[in-house]
Amino acid sequence: MEGDCPVSNLSVKQKKKKGKGSTGSSFDNLEIFLLHLPTTIWYLIFCYAPMFGVIIAFKNYKPRPGKSFLWALFNNSKWVGLDNFKFLVNSSYFPTMLKTTVLYNIVFIILGILIPVTLAILFNEIYSRKLAKTCQTMMFLPHFLSWVVVSYFVYAFLATDQGLVNNLFKLVDPATGRYHNWYADTNFWMYFLVFLNVWKGMGYSMVVYMASISGIDGELYEAALIDGASKWQQVKYITLPLLRPTISIMFIMAVGNIFRSDFGLFYQATRNSGALTSVTQTIDVYVYKALLEQSNVNLSSAAAFLQSVVGCLTIIGANILVKKIDPDSGLF
Amino acid sequence: MSENVVNTKKKAEQKLKYTRVKPGTNVLISILFIFLALICLMPALLVLIVSLSSENSIRIKGYSYIPTEMSLEAFRYLFHQSSYIGRAFLNSIGITIVGTLFGLITTSTMGFALSRPNYRLRKFFTWFIFIPMLFSGGLVASYMINAHILGLKDTYWALIIPICCSSFYCIIMRTFFQTTVPDAIIESAKIDGARMIRIFVQIVLPISLPAIATIGLFLTFAYWNDWLMAKYYISGNKHDLFPLQYVLISLEENISFLSRNSQNMTPGTANTIPSETVRMAMVVVSVVPIACSYPFFQKYFVSGLTIGAVKG
Repeated sequence: MEGDCPVSNLSVKQKKKKGKGSTGSSFDNLEIFLLHLPTTIWYLIFCYAPMFGVIIAFKNYKPRPGKSFLWALFNNSKWVGLDNFKFLVNSSYFPTMLKTTVLYNIVFIILGILIPVTLAILFNEIYSRKLAKTCQTMMFLPHFLSWVVVSYFVYAFLATDQGLVNNLFKLVDPATGRYHNWYADTNFWMYFLVFLNVWKGMGYSMVVYMASISGIDGELYEAALIDGASKWQQVKYITLPLLRPTISIMFIMAVGNIFRSDFGLFYQATRNSGALTSVTQTIDVYVYKALLEQSNVNLSSAAAFLQSVVGCLTIIGANILVKKIDPDSGLF
Repeated sequence: MSENVVNTKKKAEQKLKYTRVKPGTNVLISILFIFLALICLMPALLVLIVSLSSENSIRIKGYSYIPTEMSLEAFRYLFHQSSYIGRAFLNSIGITIVGTLFGLITTSTMGFALSRPNYRLRKFFTWFIFIPMLFSGGLVASYMINAHILGLKDTYWALIIPICCSSFYCIIMRTFFQTTVPDAIIESAKIDGARMIRIFVQIVLPISLPAIATIGLFLTFAYWNDWLMAKYYISGNKHDLFPLQYVLISLEENISFLSRNSQNMTPGTANTIPSETVRMAMVVVSVVPIACSYPFFQKYFVSGLTIGAVKG
């Protein structure tokens, strides 16, 4: 590496000169293009084509057996304008669905920043690095588990007859004389969903923040020490301000997804319990149920359309907002 | 001389004292983290213990950390059902391997293109992969296209292709290439007359093994854990196509399916399926490969996350 240093320096200079004027040979461009052509096709089919598919939301989609989807969409389905949306918005479950999605997300955003940042700061203060590393590894575990697996973990604790909680505390419902049915307890799940979300994401987001803390220049802390800053002052005046870009990116991403929800958490972890619908039916769960369980393409696509468009607007809005407060912190 | 050493040592210690929190606080923080770590680990432990308990113990005590009786009954049962569980296991492995390969090819080529400063379409394609991060057609449109136009329903491809590429991975790859592959190497290879494709395959990929490993791991875990695609695109009666995660989802019906199946195979024998423990044993089977491997790969994940957090 040392030996060819001058040469590489030279070629970097050359490249820089070239980089300003021309843009490589057209042959290079062609080859690079060919190289990523498969990926481009993938994007066109799986990302861009569905974007045009949103027109289903403005049609009364009527499939006909034996005919293709496109035929049914263009020849058999009438344009109905905003009828699907009107029907959706006027339905009885729409307000609950919207409220559930947005409220949970607000709580998730706040806790999803507060808890991992606090933990990341505290984590660096543990004397024993070995203990810290072990704890971190264990806390990372839930991130690698699917919601399906988590749903069984939860089931092991909350199952009505064999569940650990019911057997340990002998929780018998006085009304029925049977063990407490956790999967019908909306009050409990309201908070438990928040716990599950924090539990699963904690290890992961802690690592993200720890990484940016470790990127902070150590000299800043040394200077603060010389000035006699306390631990708390160091956190307040060095760590937190320097974490701001990372926090704002995580914030923008989260706000952009405020109309989305983790389908696995709300549908799978709750074992799709009918009694819990009032606290678990988020927009995603509704779209899934309407599409695949009730085959109601019209309403499902209207809900999905709202989610995509409003989600796109919120992410752009959040970005503008964050940039206004701090010009360096935007996502794009 | 020695005094000097002692002095610097003392200084270092003093500095440490300043930078460290008080011992009492340290104990508190340590306890907090041990507590959090246990919260993350204990549910997994419970499931493991239940899978190793005897059916009788479950009947008496319910799921418990201290069963009255241990037994390998459930695992023995799964082993005997290997035509079904084994198939699901192989499905999961196959999907994971093929999917990871596909994912690596698509993301590394795109990442490479976006990392070349001289590439004329670089700006265009940066936006090209960025826009889907902001706006997506949503579930209905992609379902219609995948199921009805591409005909992916009830095929293995439905579990592989729709999730093989992501803008997030492409951006991580691009950042890796930008920071770890010096332009000089590519330039000098070009002077030696190598073509771009050859440079990519023979020079860039081999020196970017950490990036490949990181994204490869992300993909491997994502495919192994994926159940959503199966839920969308695999019909409930296509048992041959089930990956492990989907077997877990439809476990209730599947245990009855298994019992019917085994009755067919051995008519007359009264077979009692240890259904309570089998359920948890299947969970263990799907978790063990992950739980045993992620601690070793953790550093790759952390490096991937770190780079992913850098804005593009």
